[in-house]
Amino acid sequence: MKRAALGALLSHWWRHPLQLITLLTGLALATGLWSAVQAINGEAKASYNLATSEIGARQNETLVPKTGFIPLSRYVELRRSGWRLSPVLEGRWPQNTGSLRLIGVDLLSHPTFSNMVENSDSESSFSLDALSSQEQLFLNPKTLEQLTVHVDLPPIVQSDQIPIDVALGDISLVERLLQRPGQITRMIILPEQPLGLHPLEDLAPELQRQSYDAGQMSRLTDSFHLNLTAFGLLSFAVGLFIVHGSVSLGIEQRRGLFRTLRAMGVPLHLLTVLLLCELLLIAIVAGSAGLVLGYLIAAALLPDVSATLSGLYGATVEGSLNLRPGWLISGIAMAVVGTLIASTQAITNIYKMPLLATPGLQARAQAASSQQYGMAVLGLALMAFGTASMLVFDGLIAGFALLAGMMLGTALMLPLLLSWVLTLGLRNARSALGEWIWADMRAQLPGISLALMALLLALATNIGVGTMVSSFRLTFLGWMDQRLSAELYVTAKDEDQAQKLVLWLTRRDITVLPIRWSEVPFHGTKLRIYGVQDDPTYREKWPMLQVQNGAWDRVSNGTAVMINEQLARRRNLWPGDDLNLTPSWKMTVVGVYSDYGNPHEQAIVTLPVLLRHADNVPNLRFGLRLPPSGVQNLIKEIQQESDFEGITMVDQNDLKARSLAVFDRTFVVTGALNLLTLGVAGFAILTSLLTLWNMRLPQLAPIWALGITRRQLAWLELWRSLALAALTALLALPLGLLLAWLLLSVINVEAFGWKLPMYIFPLDWLRLLVMALVAAAIAAAIPARKLALIKPSELLKVFAHER
Amino acid sequence: MNAKSFLTAMFLCLPAPASTQGFAGLGTNANGFAIPQQGTFLSFPADHGSHPNFRIEWWYLTANLKGDDDLEYGVQWTLFRTALRPGSEDGWSSPQLWMGHAGLTTPNHQFFAERLARGGIGQAGVTADPFMAWIDNWEMTTVGPTLQQLNLKASGADFAYELDMSTQGQQLVLHGDNGYSVKSAGGQASYYYSQPHYQITGTLSLPHGPVAVVGQGWLDREWSSQPLAEDQSGWDWFSLSFDSGDKLMGFVLRGASADFTSGSWISADGTVTALQPGDFQALALKHSNVSGRSIPTEWKITLPAKELSVVIQAVNKQSWMGTSFPYWEGPVTISGSHTGRGYLEMTGYE
Repeated sequence: MKRAALGALLSHWWRHPLQLITLLTGLALATGLWSAVQAINGEAKASYNLATSEIGARQNETLVPKTGFIPLSRYVELRRSGWRLSPVLEGRWPQNTGSLRLIGVDLLSHPTFSNMVENSDSESSFSLDALSSQEQLFLNPKTLEQLTVHVDLPPIVQSDQIPIDVALGDISLVERLLQRPGQITRMIILPEQPLGLHPLEDLAPELQRQSYDAGQMSRLTDSFHLNLTAFGLLSFAVGLFIVHGSVSLGIEQRRGLFRTLRAMGVPLHLLTVLLLCELLLIAIVAGSAGLVLGYLIAAALLPDVSATLSGLYGATVEGSLNLRPGWLISGIAMAVVGTLIASTQAITNIYKMPLLATPGLQARAQAASSQQYGMAVLGLALMAFGTASMLVFDGLIAGFALLAGMMLGTALMLPLLLSWVLTLGLRNARSALGEWIWADMRAQLPGISLALMALLLALATNIGVGTMVSSFRLTFLGWMDQRLSAELYVTAKDEDQAQKLVLWLTRRDITVLPIRWSEVPFHGTKLRIYGVQDDPTYREKWPMLQVQNGAWDRVSNGTAVMINEQLARRRNLWPGDDLNLTPSWKMTVVGVYSDYGNPHEQAIVTLPVLLRHADNVPNLRFGLRLPPSGVQNLIKEIQQESDFEGITMVDQNDLKARSLAVFDRTFVVTGALNLLTLGVAGFAILTSLLTLWNMRLPQLAPIWALGITRRQLAWLELWRSLALAALTALLALPLGLLLAWLLLSVINVEAFGWKLPMYIFPLDWLRLLVMALVAAAIAAAIPARKLALIKPSELLKVFAHER
Repeated sequence: MNAKSFLTAMFLCLPAPASTQGFAGLGTNANGFAIPQQGTFLSFPADHGSHPNFRIEWWYLTANLKGDDDLEYGVQWTLFRTALRPGSEDGWSSPQLWMGHAGLTTPNHQFFAERLARGGIGQAGVTADPFMAWIDNWEMTTVGPTLQQLNLKASGADFAYELDMSTQGQQLVLHGDNGYSVKSAGGQASYYYSQPHYQITGTLSLPHGPVAVVGQGWLDREWSSQPLAEDQSGWDWFSLSFDSGDKLMGFVLRGASADFTSGSWISADGTVTALQPGDFQALALKHSNVSGRSIPTEWKITLPAKELSVVIQAVNKQSWMGTSFPYWEGPVTISGSHTGRGYLEMTGYE
């Protein structure tokens, strides 16, 4: 009997393949988007772990200088006192295509070096000769691909255990490549120490212990991943609306079948179990398809995600995707649990349904009206909760709580709001047909409201995120014009060459602005301090947010400092406040400048002051001021001088174009997810309308019998769908703007450290409205077409079959 | 290649697997390095210092100690030097690498620690006059006339020791032909001398507290560029101090075709007799399971010329040095025709 009953149940899908496809597609889309986000997040996390655990062996505590570097003799003294330390020398190593993070370690004492190289490919793994010369450089094969040929490159060993954009070598080789003999950047405190040591604080008071601060970077990247996860969850929720619609439809249509099966003696609980089995099967099939889809989406988006992360946070994520078992299991589990949640209502209805009950739309609608009030109250509560959390707490989580509260709250209030609007319409209707249309729309509302909620969320997200990205882009463009004020940026190979170049340029009357900086330890991270040479360029062009009178005069006479917005906001320092750059170096803040695209804290002082307080301030980079028309000629001239071989040059336009490309790439992921979410929402409307279609025939037949043609009915169907979508879009607009404001003024400040002005783009809204309407029109097209082509006999049957 | 074998390979610069070229790569040939020459006279104090043109070298001290708790203890302090290429340079580019091993054996526990260091930066090294050998804070320092009075220090995560060692002015023992010690039938050799006459007092720091100890110590100095023949896989090395005042150093180099044995007999009056290959015989009597290997921990030693026939037993059968390249090293007791105490080192057991 079980088999026969299950066969009867499944035969439904056989006869309604479109419906089955809808259900499977909806679930697969939901699982797919969710899994894609999970895969991206998982990959990024695995990459961070690789970078942090293996590169500077950062799970260990380190010993860092309060300023400058650690002399080799200090390392030896501390080793001789018994402390087991491992020296690391790290610096940027200029290459033609940018620079690499070059890390030198003592191969003998480094805690994890051997783990990193044991997977290196066998052909070029350690050989006796190469080892004896300590002359090998370890690189990820992908980094090597990016390097253009460099004549002075030492022998390379490839290992995929080395993070991208990092070169690792013995400290003897690295100190030569970086031209920093006898210098150490930090010392790793090895986990096992012998008995009877004197405290490091006494032995080396000028050094400070630093436990690996996962803090800042992970806080920054976490916010990005939280964003992605929120998107994934949103898509999943929208996808579940589809499942809900399809399952309800499938059950609605099979009521007759259930009745027959029950009448033939199939017990109610067996019927329920069989239905659950059917759903489980569907969930597994769709979930698997979703995983494939998710993998494809993630693989397509990951290069952009890694570009985003390295562009915004300097975190490196590999561009390739690995399959992780946890991901597979969680994807299927999400699909199964989601299906069960989405079908609970339908299954419960079956369980409770009296054996011979007749389905009716209006009655359901009345029951739904009390539901609407409940949802609206819950929505209000969520909004209140979000607002309260913003008032009580601050920070990223509070921002997200407000965001979630507002979004969900508004979505839950949507049915009630729409029903009010429709009631208003009904009251103002002049004709009988008009009254019927309004009433019919209101009657449909419970069935379609979930889909409309999905549309609302998708639209609001689109408006919010779109406004944020566009505002950011506009601000960024203006900022670049100010910040990249030199016409040409050059980097010399070494200090000798730099000196020759400066002399050569000054003889040609070109203003040379040295770009020199030093990094000092600062609150557990590093503060980059630029030393600038007083020049009108800075006074006129530097992008200031807040500035005191005569600020640049005070900077150039060495009494004051300018700081970037990130530093100002994080440490709450504003013009007039004092800032301790190092324990012994205090200056007054006279200005705050905007500094987008950089997660780190930064300060500007005058060059002589920087040189007095910091050593190791390389003088290799310069900004050149000259008439824009002369730039290309100058580049050619420099290229032709034999003394200047190896100098890298980037002109302003090129740099701007590149920065903008990075910026745009950064938000490709957001854009893609936006569009996908909207697509899923459109799909949700389609399934809802299809569900309603069957239930609506009994309502439509009398109207038809009264003389309204099928064609007219079809058009009405289409208009109705468009009207509901337009109403929803109207409600989505304020919600979207609120979202944009939250992103710009709350989330951005927390996540990136900068606040952005909000610009409004009404044309974008119009575009979105059109997209929403198109989605609604496409969704309504199938039912409308069915209606237009329905055989009159079908409509007549409604009367014949009056149940 | 795991981290440890990597380090070993790194340290002794041999291609893996090690077994094809003798224990710890000592069987590789002496590319560019100086080779010990018969007839060379060792000169002191200069030869107490390091010989960077030779590939490997060690300063090797073992001590049999008795604690104020009446227990037998053994202490090992070793500084190894190995060169990636001959010569010395200042800074990280130096081709000299250093490795320290410290061991402390109690009847039921073996403590050990290892230190690695690059040459050229001062983290490890040896100076001849005044004599000092060090790696990190492990030190063997002359406090009186060279090598006659030494202070010895080492510490690990769970143990430490500090010992004062002195001789009554006894001469150094030059093994083989005036310090030229042949290591295989093929003629591989090293320079090898010892000071086996130290009296020791000092303190061991153990997890349950300090233990005051007294006893005897034996210092070995050896350097070479290729001390093993290619087919030799390891050695069993004995330094025995008999209650009669006589001492015996003997070793067996285990070869694929034949073993090579040699050694020195040091009479109580200080005269040294170099043993001819084959004079010294060692027969493994009992094996123990140590760190997953079968290792002989009871031996029968015979030296017919001195009417010696003794049984050697490990104080602690688990005297395993689980260092980058692992070996067995620990104190032993002697019974039979002679009685006394000594030290046993066994390498190359896989």
